[in-house]
Amino acid sequence: MKKLFLIAVLLVAGFANAQSRYEGAMEKGLAQLKDAKTPAEMLAVSAFFERVADAEKDKWLPYYYAARTNILGGWMDPKADKDQSAEKSKELIAKAESLEPNNSEIFCLKQQVAVQQLTVDAMSRWQTYGAVAAEAIAKAKAADPQNPRPYLLEGQYLLNVPEAFGGGKAVAKKLLEKSLALFGSYKPASPLYPDWGKELAEKTLAACQ
Amino acid sequence: MSSQIDPMKLAIIIVLTFLCSYCLTAQVLVTGSVRDNKGRILAGASVTLKGTYDGGNADSTGRFSFKTVEKGSFMLVAANMGYNTVEIPVLLSGEPVQVNFSLKEAFDELKAVVITAGSFVASDKRKGTVLKPLDIATTAGAVADIAATLQTLPGAQRVGEQDGLFIRGGSAEEAKIMIDGAVVNNFFYSAVPGIAQRGRFSPFLFSGTVFSTGGYSAVYGQALSSVLSLESVDIPERSEVQIGLSPIFGSAGFQEVTKNKKSSYGFSYNWINLSLYQKLVPQAPDYFKAPDLHTVDANFRFKTKGNGMIKMYAYFNTADLGIRNPSLDSIGLKNAFSLNNKNFFTNISFRQSLGNGWKLNTVASISYNKDQIRNEVQNADNQTTPVTHIPEIDYNHYRLNNHQWMIQARAVADKRFGAINTLRFGTEIWNNADSFRYSNQDGIFPSAVLDFYTAGFAEMDLYITNDLAFRPGLRAEHSGLLNKWNLAPRAALSYKLGPNNQLTADYGIFRQTPDRRFLMNNTNFDFLRADHYILTYQHISPGYTFRIQAFYKDYRSLLKTDDALRNATGTNGSGYAQGLEFFWRDKKTFKGFDYWISYSYLDTKRNYNNYPMSAMPTFAATHSGSVVLKKFWVKQMFGMNWSWNWSTGRPYYNPNLPASEFLSNRTIAYSSNNFSLNWLPKIGKANSVVVVGINNVFNELQIFGYNYSSRVKDGNGKLISAAVVPPAPRTFFLGLFLSWGVDRTQQQINSNL
Repeated sequence: MKKLFLIAVLLVAGFANAQSRYEGAMEKGLAQLKDAKTPAEMLAVSAFFERVADAEKDKWLPYYYAARTNILGGWMDPKADKDQSAEKSKELIAKAESLEPNNSEIFCLKQQVAVQQLTVDAMSRWQTYGAVAAEAIAKAKAADPQNPRPYLLEGQYLLNVPEAFGGGKAVAKKLLEKSLALFGSYKPASPLYPDWGKELAEKTLAACQ
Repeated sequence: MSSQIDPMKLAIIIVLTFLCSYCLTAQVLVTGSVRDNKGRILAGASVTLKGTYDGGNADSTGRFSFKTVEKGSFMLVAANMGYNTVEIPVLLSGEPVQVNFSLKEAFDELKAVVITAGSFVASDKRKGTVLKPLDIATTAGAVADIAATLQTLPGAQRVGEQDGLFIRGGSAEEAKIMIDGAVVNNFFYSAVPGIAQRGRFSPFLFSGTVFSTGGYSAVYGQALSSVLSLESVDIPERSEVQIGLSPIFGSAGFQEVTKNKKSSYGFSYNWINLSLYQKLVPQAPDYFKAPDLHTVDANFRFKTKGNGMIKMYAYFNTADLGIRNPSLDSIGLKNAFSLNNKNFFTNISFRQSLGNGWKLNTVASISYNKDQIRNEVQNADNQTTPVTHIPEIDYNHYRLNNHQWMIQARAVADKRFGAINTLRFGTEIWNNADSFRYSNQDGIFPSAVLDFYTAGFAEMDLYITNDLAFRPGLRAEHSGLLNKWNLAPRAALSYKLGPNNQLTADYGIFRQTPDRRFLMNNTNFDFLRADHYILTYQHISPGYTFRIQAFYKDYRSLLKTDDALRNATGTNGSGYAQGLEFFWRDKKTFKGFDYWISYSYLDTKRNYNNYPMSAMPTFAATHSGSVVLKKFWVKQMFGMNWSWNWSTGRPYYNPNLPASEFLSNRTIAYSSNNFSLNWLPKIGKANSVVVVGINNVFNELQIFGYNYSSRVKDGNGKLISAAVVPPAPRTFFLGLFLSWGVDRTQQQINSNL
């Protein structure tokens, strides 16, 4: 009996260890995300998350963060080939989506990639990529109406769209206010769950005034 | 009962278990480098110890290093976008490990060299030199005319008095224009002597415009000089209602997209009438019937299962005009020309992926064109003159009724094989039936000509590496009219010099059936033939395009006719064209500012039609070029565009010269500066576009050639002449376009321009 108990304890401890190893790695990754200053650093964080994701096999969050940091890395380097970067992002998003279908946060990623590709040649691409972005946001809202990030991303995008195309400060302001209202009551589903954007929403809203 | 568990012991066990991985903290250093198989550094490549969290990225020198606490046999994986991933086994036993990776570039469509020969499908991802609908609408001077915009690109000659695409010393008949693969017989409004006509179709019908000035693929035939391939839009982004208003036209239309975005249909009506405009802006010719055009078109498109697409389009237009010019053959008399045109075009296209790398593209179309031309000599009171018994005058009383039917079908299959190689083959049939009825004082002369044309073609895009591609192709054609076969091989070789630079060499034999209107009485002729040799250097990076092209076109066989230009006498004509062309477009250096510059040098001579000797043709200029500027202020939603088109003088025929000096005269150089602005305010709920355009802002004198009298001579015994000039020195355009869309996102310039 004593032996059995010991084995049980060992197993539980081992599991807890593995669990904390994953959580520790994710926390380390998130800390690096915060500290990344250069595109190379950001892409290194992305590579780290991808390694964690590949090793874990059944967790979508590391793929989520790998994609998010890859997108951020793409923005940080003005010379980056945005189309190539987007291909990588899409690959990571697809892996996240296969583990976690119909998640609002993943739709948000899709919007960000579309906007990134749109900026390569906005004049000729906004029709196609603009539609992809709008569709992703609509799905993100539908999947989780309480998620503040789709409104943030939409507001951020429309702030840069001329009024005549349906953008502008007034339109963006409404969305960002809605986003901030949602942030007020927003609780991430788990400690590692996406929890970014409140500050960005405040800053973007300030730019709308 | 067993003994109690010692809490202390338990705690130790738990702590030990937690520390399990950390207690063996002998970390191993893994280092190495990642390069490609040519030894180039792959900065940013990721290296992963498979199944663990451990790994690193290659730095700017290609080196990586990381520490791991793992022990035993592992796979070390190196990956980089665009390269094949490599795995190397490593044994971690406490000693430092060094691994050098060499990655091979993966075949990648986006990175691979582009075979510019012919017309690759226009895709935004390909970053090709493709003109987008918006580029056409915002090019000053073009007034949203596709052909006029193409004339700002190198290789396309601006010919003010004739419509058509005159490419690299080729005549208008040598260019073919197609919509979704179906040839459009009467792309331009019917010809009026001395005035170039616009294209019939709005640029906004098309999502891609691919223009090839030579060396195009075996998929295209019956064109000695050029192919313009227009790809119609699929399902539009939104439903909308559109209205266009201008002193010269009114239009209304709608486009309905179903909720699931799987199908759409639309209809539009457009009425153009120039009578008000011609009162405001005096025209040199006397229009006794101001151009009056009615156009209706309709479309229906839907997606099939498996992302296939079926598109139907139908177009009908009527046009009327009458124009009076002083007759050169008799002082005081006038030449009155009137035209009534009816044109119908419809096509249905279907494309579908069949799986397993197979794709199918089919199109069928019917087109009909009817011109009723009436020409007569009138006196000062605009009354028909009686018979004068002066043949030069009496023969100017004529009527011509002209019907053209064309029915065609085409199927092209694509098969992907290997990584990105493609085999493409297909077949097409055209049935052309033309009939003419010419009547003058001698009687009525009906004639008809039929041609049943069949062709088969095959080509392959072979990627030897990402950087080197070869495209061999072969086309076989049969003309029922000539009752002859021909074979036309084509080849293109493309080599990528760097990430954005490439070289392409094109070769091909191009064949064409002689113009049918010369084959009424005798059809025993061969196909015409031109051989192309083209060398292209191209730099395309986001925002910049630079292209230099050198070409030699050998006209091995051209049509010869009798002196009256009525009947073919042979295909023993010949000629050549050679030249050098530059194109530079920059959308990046200045924010919101897009400009392009093109220059063409052309050396060409030909002996064809009724030419008595080899000479530079009337539709060619030695030097020509364009500067196109576009600036858009996004905040104000306001754009200004400028263009300057120029060329050196073109040859014209002067009958006063001896035959040895045939076509030796040159017109004055051509220059035109054009301006347009577009403003996109919001009027109520409508997205609106205001367009203002002025062509030939500086009122520069433009002379396209000279018409000579066939009998009236001046004091020096020379036949008198009149310069061929534009109907008015300047042209103006003013339009307001309104659209009410379900979706906010709107196109910059409305589709009815």
